[in-house]
Amino acid sequence: MRDVKQTKDVPQTDAVVENVKRRHEPLIHITKRNQMSMLHAVLLRVGAIVCSVIVMALLILVLAKENPFTVLASMIEGVFGDPRRIWRLFSNTAILLCIALALTPAFKMKFWNCGGEGQILVGSLMAAALMFFIGDSIPLPILWILIFITSIVAGAVWGLIPAIFKAKWNTNETLFTLMMNYIALQLVTFFLKMFGNSQGNLDPMPQFAFPKIFNGSYFLNILVIALICVAMYIYLGYSKHGYEISVVGESERTAKYIGIRVPKVIIRTMLISGGLCGFVGMLLVANGSCSVTTTITGGQGFTAILVSWLGKFNPLYMILTSFLVIFLQQGTSYMGDIYRLDTSLADIFIGIVLLFIIGCEFFINYKVNFRKKASDVTAGKEAVH
Amino acid sequence: MNTTVALELKNISKRFGTKYANKNVDLTLYRGEILAILGENGSGKTSMVNMIAGIYYPDEGEIFVDGAPAVITSPKDAFQYKIGMIHQHFKLVDVFSASENIVLGVREEGKFKLADIDERVAQIASKYGFQLDPKKKIHEMSVSEKQTVEILKVLYRGADILILDEPTAVLTPQEIEKLFLVLRRMRDDGKSIIIITHKMNEVMSISDRVAVLRRGEHIATVKTAETNEKELTEMMMGEKIDLNIKRTESTNVTDRLVVEHISSKNSDGVTVLDDISFVARSGEILGIAGIAGSGQRELLESIAGLYHLDSGSIVYHDPESGEAENLRDKTPLQITELGVRLSFVPEDRLGMGLVGNMDIVDNMMLRSYKKGNSFFLNRKTPHDLALELIDELNIITPDEYTPVRKLSGGNIQKVLVGREIAAAPSVFMAAYPVRGLDVNASYGIYNLLNKQKEDGVAVIFVGEDLDVLIDLCDRIMVIASGRVTGIVDARSTTKEEIGLLMTQSGEKGVDTNA
Repeated sequence: MRDVKQTKDVPQTDAVVENVKRRHEPLIHITKRNQMSMLHAVLLRVGAIVCSVIVMALLILVLAKENPFTVLASMIEGVFGDPRRIWRLFSNTAILLCIALALTPAFKMKFWNCGGEGQILVGSLMAAALMFFIGDSIPLPILWILIFITSIVAGAVWGLIPAIFKAKWNTNETLFTLMMNYIALQLVTFFLKMFGNSQGNLDPMPQFAFPKIFNGSYFLNILVIALICVAMYIYLGYSKHGYEISVVGESERTAKYIGIRVPKVIIRTMLISGGLCGFVGMLLVANGSCSVTTTITGGQGFTAILVSWLGKFNPLYMILTSFLVIFLQQGTSYMGDIYRLDTSLADIFIGIVLLFIIGCEFFINYKVNFRKKASDVTAGKEAVH
Repeated sequence: MNTTVALELKNISKRFGTKYANKNVDLTLYRGEILAILGENGSGKTSMVNMIAGIYYPDEGEIFVDGAPAVITSPKDAFQYKIGMIHQHFKLVDVFSASENIVLGVREEGKFKLADIDERVAQIASKYGFQLDPKKKIHEMSVSEKQTVEILKVLYRGADILILDEPTAVLTPQEIEKLFLVLRRMRDDGKSIIIITHKMNEVMSISDRVAVLRRGEHIATVKTAETNEKELTEMMMGEKIDLNIKRTESTNVTDRLVVEHISSKNSDGVTVLDDISFVARSGEILGIAGIAGSGQRELLESIAGLYHLDSGSIVYHDPESGEAENLRDKTPLQITELGVRLSFVPEDRLGMGLVGNMDIVDNMMLRSYKKGNSFFLNRKTPHDLALELIDELNIITPDEYTPVRKLSGGNIQKVLVGREIAAAPSVFMAAYPVRGLDVNASYGIYNLLNKQKEDGVAVIFVGEDLDVLIDLCDRIMVIASGRVTGIVDARSTTKEEIGLLMTQSGEKGVDTNA
């Protein structure tokens, strides 16, 4: 009100209007974009990664007082340095991708399955337990089949329990699945206490591992998960089940209106989600450490949530996002070893890159206009007159 | 009427992307007047008032308040200029009382005492004739009471210019009358009021002047007393359109759906449907009139298998086989499996009838995706149907892969109605199918309903505009508080008769002509 009174008796010339405008017009003016071209969007994302690398370089310079170029080069070295590292990169990417693939159908249904950790753990536990108890007494192929079935069933049951409660009594699935993680964790702890060695570990049982292809366990992971990825893409996009998942996720009322039995879809989808997590748990044991620990998942059950979101719930995009995350994890950890950087610095770097990538989504959806400079405005006005 | 200018827009333009929402708009608002803004969907009404209220900032042009240039960059700025907006969707804290909501965000000198606020709110309310308990919590309030709180919120902040965005869309006829009474009192007190509405009769009854917008441009501002509905419609549409609804004669009338004595209680134990009986016949449009929330939604949903009934029967007579089938307590899936071709256009389009984030093709197969034994979807048929509907119903969309939520209200409705008609129904039910639609789109929908009737479909149409119901339907069933208060012949009835039945609650109505 004050400003208005001051200008009230002044003649209303353009100059006055401009003056008032300059004082009050917002400096930044955000407008929604209609549609950005694919190329433009890709360039923006690349730009975001470049920016994040620059910030990382500055941090290295300031905090670690090292040459940022050599430090960053060590990151590349840590990921692509030798064939073994490259195999590991792709295998770990596959594992993370598989967890993200498992969570995605649930997420598309707006069922926030934060129980990936627990579902993987019970899968791992079943695999290790079978090896431990009956591994010696039955032929290897039968053991493998049993492991395959029980791990998946265990993961599926871990997904089924919160699904039933959600479907019948509409309980909060986020809290429920998180709680299921702790139960799984305690089960593993209990198992290790009862049957582990004096340090509370279970000695590896490599004699029961899945067969090695190309001298390692990596190829099997990559191959199987690539197939799962394609299958999931088709399941979500082109099957009737996938369509039902989308409808239930978008609107339960619509689902009821067209005659979808919502509880059935919730339960079926969580069986798939949990089962696939259990499958990952099996791979981690039978095609990995051949033992079980409480930290066998390495927190990837949570990281996969981010991978799935960043990939916009599209299995093909998720290949890229899981690759990015593993690249960062593996690169920064090597870099930390070489330069004896604190491990938290590695986490900071991962955080910076993800922040930039998520942040650039804003610029893909919105356009930021800055206030025209005063001189531009006057010049424009004069041109009009 | 006063002729002091309260607010003036000069040459205002606003773009979204490359599209103009408003282009070179000039507008003048006087002190102590009610100015109605009239325009079709997407004509730039809301974006214009949003610029006055500080929600958008104009790309070009100037706004003057009391003759002085004003720069309004936020709703807070707007309040400094004594401008307040009442939005279509309320912005209230549910667990707070009316007073607490009203005072929220106001910075005042002195000590804060809620009792004082209550008193001041009550004062303002009584001054303009609002009925409101300042201590009542928002979650206990009816829609109309919530709206009252929103208006008082603006008045409490000392607004002299009030903007109401479609305030009547959520109100019953009686509540609308009350609102208009209050608005007139505010006008007589010297306040300036801008009201956006779709409904022509409301424009005529409440406003002093009407500003017409078309495609973002200001066409004209005229005195309400010197114009008529026809002229306004022409200005709004840019062409002459026929506002008469044709009612074709029914042929081959047979009973298709016989509803007998259905009753239902909701989860709170309140009776929502009370012993309702009626017959829907092929080749006829049966209108259902009633105050919003009288059980219309529950009635249609119970026929569609979405709402539980406690008693009664819904018997469907198959037009081909002639067999009778009781639909009560059947799920939508079972009803389809019985071969009952029942189409239903629900009131809540994006929340129930369609999925907003899916494209037109995927929405086409909502009802039919299950067909066939394949594990995979068949997108070929729905794709063809989508193209056919876009062409036939003139659905304006970039392509068939556009998410339906991005379409305008009228086009969304065409997608929904088109899909339901494409299912070749023998019973077609539509709840408020023209709500929120502009004149042109509404008439398009009426024509589609008429076409269904000619094709021998039993049409059930729940409407709110009594004039339309009388012109379009063959028979009109009136319900009040979940009871049928009368079934009248639309050819001989009057608005007054229906209005009376709508408010009748105690006695059971007589079937006057059925």
